[in-house]
Amino acid sequence: MMTELSVTASSIRITDVTQDGDILTFAITSQKLNSSGGVCVFRTYEDFDWLQQNLFSQENVPGLQGVIFPPLPPKVPSPLNTASKSLKQLGFLALGHDWQSYCKALEFYLQQVATHPILSQCKALDSFLTKSESPGKQRGRKGILNRLSQAVEGMRKESHKDVDDFFQKQRHKNTNLAALSKVATEKILDVVLTEQKLALACGHFSTCLHLCVNQDDEAAVAFSKICLKLSDIVEAVKRNFEKVANNNIATLGLGLDLEARYEEAEKEMLFRRTCKLIELETVKKNTEKTKANKRDVMEEIQKATEKEFSLISSVAKQEIERFHSSRVTVLRSFLVGWCEKQLDTAKECAKLYSQYLDTCKNLFSE
Amino acid sequence: AEEREPPPLHDAAQTDFTELEDGEDLFVSTVSVIESSSTSPEASNLPAEDMNIGSNGPKHEEMFLDDDDDDQDDLFAEATEEVSLDSPERQPILSDGPSPAITPVTPTVMMNPRVDAAVFDRLMEEDEDDEETLDTFDIQISVSDPEKMGDGMNAFMVYKVSTKTSLSIFNSDEFSVKRRFSDFLGLHSKLASKYLHIGYIVPPAPEKSIVGMTKVKVGKEDLSSVEFVEKRRSALERYLMRTVKHPALLKDPDLLQFLESSELPRAVSTQALSGAGILRMVNKAADAVNKMTIKMNESDAWFEEKQQQFENLDVQLRKLHASVESLVCHRKELSVNTASFAKSAAMLGNSEDHTALSRALSQLAEVEEKIDQLHQEQAYADFYHFSELLGDYVRLLTAVKGVFDQRMKTWAKWQDAQVMLQRKREAEAKLQYANKPDKLQQAKDEIKEWEGKVQQGERDFEQISKSIRREVGRFQKDRVKDFKLVILKYLESLVHTQQQLIKYWEAFLPEAKAIA
Repeated sequence: MMTELSVTASSIRITDVTQDGDILTFAITSQKLNSSGGVCVFRTYEDFDWLQQNLFSQENVPGLQGVIFPPLPPKVPSPLNTASKSLKQLGFLALGHDWQSYCKALEFYLQQVATHPILSQCKALDSFLTKSESPGKQRGRKGILNRLSQAVEGMRKESHKDVDDFFQKQRHKNTNLAALSKVATEKILDVVLTEQKLALACGHFSTCLHLCVNQDDEAAVAFSKICLKLSDIVEAVKRNFEKVANNNIATLGLGLDLEARYEEAEKEMLFRRTCKLIELETVKKNTEKTKANKRDVMEEIQKATEKEFSLISSVAKQEIERFHSSRVTVLRSFLVGWCEKQLDTAKECAKLYSQYLDTCKNLFSE
Repeated sequence: AEEREPPPLHDAAQTDFTELEDGEDLFVSTVSVIESSSTSPEASNLPAEDMNIGSNGPKHEEMFLDDDDDDQDDLFAEATEEVSLDSPERQPILSDGPSPAITPVTPTVMMNPRVDAAVFDRLMEEDEDDEETLDTFDIQISVSDPEKMGDGMNAFMVYKVSTKTSLSIFNSDEFSVKRRFSDFLGLHSKLASKYLHIGYIVPPAPEKSIVGMTKVKVGKEDLSSVEFVEKRRSALERYLMRTVKHPALLKDPDLLQFLESSELPRAVSTQALSGAGILRMVNKAADAVNKMTIKMNESDAWFEEKQQQFENLDVQLRKLHASVESLVCHRKELSVNTASFAKSAAMLGNSEDHTALSRALSQLAEVEEKIDQLHQEQAYADFYHFSELLGDYVRLLTAVKGVFDQRMKTWAKWQDAQVMLQRKREAEAKLQYANKPDKLQQAKDEIKEWEGKVQQGERDFEQISKSIRREVGRFQKDRVKDFKLVILKYLESLVHTQQQLIKYWEAFLPEAKAIA
């Protein structure tokens, strides 16, 4: 059923996350559209999943299959605190303190759904964002839109030649970008993990320096002083690594991860359309083969399928254009944010190191 | 930490004299030499061909491992990254050769039993005064231009050793010579055999590396062999600088010859089966046994304290070294990952249709590549500044422990002399009643001889104790100075890196903002 969203899309925020055993609960706030009041609801991943399924299974939405559905981040694996498992399943989203990246990704998902011309009108969205009882208990019907990865025949169908040049090109480009952005995300994940390792190594070095402190004799006292100074410097280096890593996580990493998942979403949409195309071509072939008495029925089916296909294609075209312009905006904001954060950190750090250099020059010359 | 026995210092020359050739008096010969010419460089130019020291390609290195059985066990028991700190090189290779007393430096005079205590002290002070003047120390040594000579497994690297100085002991202000690695080892060996046993901390030469050298010989022009040669070059430079900083070593004719003379007699490899080689092994075994049974009555708590402190310091430095090595390792990893990410960003940029976004992504790739370069430089800085310094000091500490051991041996020798004297006295007493006048005379002569040795032993002991105190003081000061310098260098490189980073980010920002 179509309704208008009662909150403003841009005000949707995930303000808190609490952990109870293996379950994460997210606090979602938003501003009411027609009043100054705000709404706050609590949702678990189950609820998000419910929402996504509802979006998939909407009826009477022409060309729904042509929609690029905003990608929902994968479920957090349980048990919750196994770092390696989280890293494997969530990739980048597992990083950051207290599920920060994960929350950001969920928040983004909601905002994308809420700003989508078609999806924002789904009643389930409004319930999700405003109703205090959690909707997740009612299991909705599983959408007819299955995940691409589950379709074994997907590989064969994926390479099926298109009738439309625009779409043929689009599919090709998308395959490329999806693969490349996935790789880039993995690579920056490696960088961040190494930065974190370096921070740990610095901490270890600093500890070892503290172990050198003793008062045995005059020389030992002098030596201890410089060990402690060096330890301070190494701690500063450590903090720098941590900050740089966090900057990478919060901006570039998150942005690339989102881009990668969105390209996948576009891929799924294109696949659905291709499947419809194959269906249409199959129907056409069958219609030609049928005997005269059954031909009318077949022609009806063919007409219906053609109509579906054309609707999907037109929605798809709009979606693709919308996606392409929005992804540029999104990537721009992530890149700018990344650069600004890293620049600030670098400036801070340069200042600190310079201070240490001056202090040490004075200290050591006495 | 593992109980690590300092390698028993081998002292072929001395043991020769006292154990095998009882008749020949070490000190008598010394005195005669002094009287003939005190500054004859001839003395130290003793047939170099006899000197079985230094390396000569892989053959020597293999021999070396055979030679040092004790250390071999240690080497494999360690099996950590720190193998280089515990290689057989720890054992200072001492020259076989004549008495170390034959050098025209102050120590020679101290060997003379006729010099009495007062004169002795004065001489010591003179030495210290010399030190003061050398504090305004003007000598710079650089090791550069590594050049590969020969080919195949007989190939070796030759380095240019350039000295710049205003000190008068040199013939000119600026000069350079070509030396190979075995020459450095030979130098160390000579210096160690001359000075270790009188308590000078002789800086150890850089480590040998079979793996590293083999790569170079085989002609691998890859990054790791380039790194290896650079690491060695830097280590050789630091070695020489440390050695010349020592006021007594600086005056040593072997060192001067090493730095100045264009032709240096080749240090020939130690053949394990050579006469000297076997002798060395035998004496080392004897030394090991002796060390276990020497129980010194320590009258001076300072020495015990210091030994313990140096044990502790050794443990601390090794931990630090391991920690820094791990840092360096991660930095290299970061560099690899950053480069990999840069590539993936570049590919993304190439596939991107949107022009401005494509350009920004390509710029991103470039920024990351530049950052990768910085990481590599920083890893270089971490490494050379800290890791090498820490490694140097761990090796220096073995030399320090060595002089403490030498003191113990000196004490033991003194005690042995006292025992011998007692025996001779007893023998003489017996002979009094035997009525063998010629034997009696011989006994009386022997008593005189051993009285002299006892006196000498006591003097040696006091001398080395004094020497060690001074050396330790110098070591402690130097260590603080060295670390301060390295920290400053490190900070400077940190500041530089950050400023570079700022430049890169500032250049990238407009590109990112230009995406529309």
